Amino acid sequence: MDSETPITGAEAIIRCLEAEGVTDVFGLPGGAILPLYDAWAACDHTIRHYLVRHEQGAGHMAQGYARATGKVGVAIATSGPGATNLVTPIADAYLDSTPIVCITGQVQTHLIGTDAFQEADIQGITMPIVKHSWLVDDVRDLPRVFKEAFHIARTGRPGPVLIDVPKDVQLTPFAFSYPKQVDIPGYKPSKHGHPRQIIQAAEAILAAERPTFYVGGGAVHSGVSQEDLIRVADAAQMPVVTTLQAKGAFPDSHPLCIGLPGMHGSKAANWAMNRCDLLIACGARFDDRVTGKLDAFAPGAKVIHMDVDPAEIDKNRQAQIPIVGSLEHVIPKLADSLESRANGGPPRAAEWLATVREWKREHPFRYRNTEPLKPEFVIERLRELTRGQDVIWTTGVGQHQMWAAQYLEIDLPRRWLTSGGAGTMGYGVPAAIGAKVGRPDAIVINIDGDGCFQMTMQELATARMYGIAAIHVVVNNGWLGMVRQWQELFHDERFSETLFEPDLPDYVKLAESFGIPGFRCEQTGEVDVAITAALECGQPCVIDARVDHEEKVYPMVPAGAPSAEMIDIAWAEDDNAWVEEGV
Amino acid sequence: MNMHTLSILVQNRPGVLTRCAGLFARRGFNIDSLAVGRTEDPSRSRITIRVDCAQHSVDQVQKQLYKLIDVLKVQELGQSAVELELMLLKVTSAPERRPEIISLAEVFEAKVVDVGPQAVTFSCVSSPDRLQALEELMEPYGIRELVRTGRIALDRDGELGRRTRMRVVA
Repeated sequence: MDSETPITGAEAIIRCLEAEGVTDVFGLPGGAILPLYDAWAACDHTIRHYLVRHEQGAGHMAQGYARATGKVGVAIATSGPGATNLVTPIADAYLDSTPIVCITGQVQTHLIGTDAFQEADIQGITMPIVKHSWLVDDVRDLPRVFKEAFHIARTGRPGPVLIDVPKDVQLTPFAFSYPKQVDIPGYKPSKHGHPRQIIQAAEAILAAERPTFYVGGGAVHSGVSQEDLIRVADAAQMPVVTTLQAKGAFPDSHPLCIGLPGMHGSKAANWAMNRCDLLIACGARFDDRVTGKLDAFAPGAKVIHMDVDPAEIDKNRQAQIPIVGSLEHVIPKLADSLESRANGGPPRAAEWLATVREWKREHPFRYRNTEPLKPEFVIERLRELTRGQDVIWTTGVGQHQMWAAQYLEIDLPRRWLTSGGAGTMGYGVPAAIGAKVGRPDAIVINIDGDGCFQMTMQELATARMYGIAAIHVVVNNGWLGMVRQWQELFHDERFSETLFEPDLPDYVKLAESFGIPGFRCEQTGEVDVAITAALECGQPCVIDARVDHEEKVYPMVPAGAPSAEMIDIAWAEDDNAWVEEGV
Repeated sequence: MNMHTLSILVQNRPGVLTRCAGLFARRGFNIDSLAVGRTEDPSRSRITIRVDCAQHSVDQVQKQLYKLIDVLKVQELGQSAVELELMLLKVTSAPERRPEIISLAEVFEAKVVDVGPQAVTFSCVSSPDRLQALEELMEPYGIRELVRTGRIALDRDGELGRRTRMRVVA
């Protein structure tokens, strides 16, 4: 990788990306990043660049790529507005711990601070939402900065990093040499977890009467094998809840899995968390959407908290047994420890497991499948018509996202990409494109809402240009549905500024205008036809699923309420009895 | 109020103070005083910060600081640490009251750094408590301007490391 003759900073960036094994990047050129794009065309290299229609798209594509593949995603933008358009994906990647490297052009060094054309202090703007960032004012620092950037993005708790490169730095020639090792004195992420704590955790788990395994997104990011997670759950025979970010980390179809907890989680999952005597948190962060009212959350539980980020320990909930380390290392050791201690007799928690399973059986996610077409039905048909195939799902944010989380069954990690912490509408389309670029062999389906879809739908042009055949399903109720749901339930049905209209735009014609097929379904009988056509067309395409705008996501924990107290529609059986009992 | 003094050793890089100060602001930690300067090693700076931990645990503050890549070490300084602060104080002083004011200031080992027709300016290096006492004593004469650096602090010899919260490395 070392160059005999001097190369420019711009070419050096390409060599750095090559050295990091990057094969695909997403970006859009502009004035201050022109030298890099010039080098892109002039140099010999094999990195594919996907030209996006909006830099936010580039950022989310890098995220989708990273989360589908486990590699680091790369997004490129110019200075000023190009860079600020990356702010949303950076914030999203920060909250959901997604490793991306953002490269931005900056005005020439002598112009910095003069309010020059397209100047923005992007390092300053993004400081609270990056894992780290650099403004490279000396070209000789570029190789070291790239080496550090990729290392920081992918290790420890992954996250976004930003490299801001002034135009003149891109143009300056220097003798390039890529460092083999990285040395960052202030950055030494913990790996192994304290052995004594792990043993203590194993003993506590086996002694517990009502343990619950609370698996979070860290179980995906850490690369811990699913087999090891299953070993832990099996050894203790305990129920497993998987948060929105963890869907697929533990198989939905596994008999111990009780799925999604939190605001729109299952009753079984929320009750299991609230009634347990030991909560085993694994790469989870006690987010308010999971816990509801924190003081009332899991009141009788001791907590084991395993996380690579020490700042998560005791942040929201005190842990009695904290274990700081990478789950990749901690979980196998915990599994060994549990297996060596289990005495072969029936686990203490058998009765508890039976209770939780009974809750799960009695309170499944359900809806009344009547006309008008129900969104849940569309998602169930997507699930059934792709069963047994390798599917990666992405979503936007809102009702459709929650229905997808409730009704899809995902058995493998990195098959479910959704914006959780930031709740970024518009994530679905570009994330699906990025995922399909990273995993062209997989079926990629974006379950989107009409509000979300309109935020990033211009990236259909990117999809069409490169033939990136992800399927985009617009669960179209013509409203900002989740906001509408809150207005209906908590704001006396004052539907303030939430009506979008289902025909605006016409999504089939819109797809056709991008040169890709569009399919529409308005009744239950039309759903399979549309999905089958989309799966068979072999191109990027759009399904416009016209659904009932009054359908709501249930159960629901109102914001700030205890998570054991869920509201639900009245079913024939009196299934709200638990609420009244005050679980 | 639940004040803690943190001594933060950082890489001397552009933006490092912004990163630390920004962290305090966005996580809702209230800063009482802050002083920053280079250390015996020019590649490193030390930020001494007084933080009100009424809302959050000092433990959480330290862990969040450790997440910043440029932060090398965070120490919480105890009661026994040497804490000093510099104050400049301009006191109204007609010529006839000058001797009285100056002799009062001498009790606090304050030095006269400027004398004008109607005011005397003192510098005083002392513990924050004593500076407070000096300020209160000068109040009746009329304080025209006052500036304090924010405290800087070091653990006493032998104390170092005892209260150091080392990075959790397993």
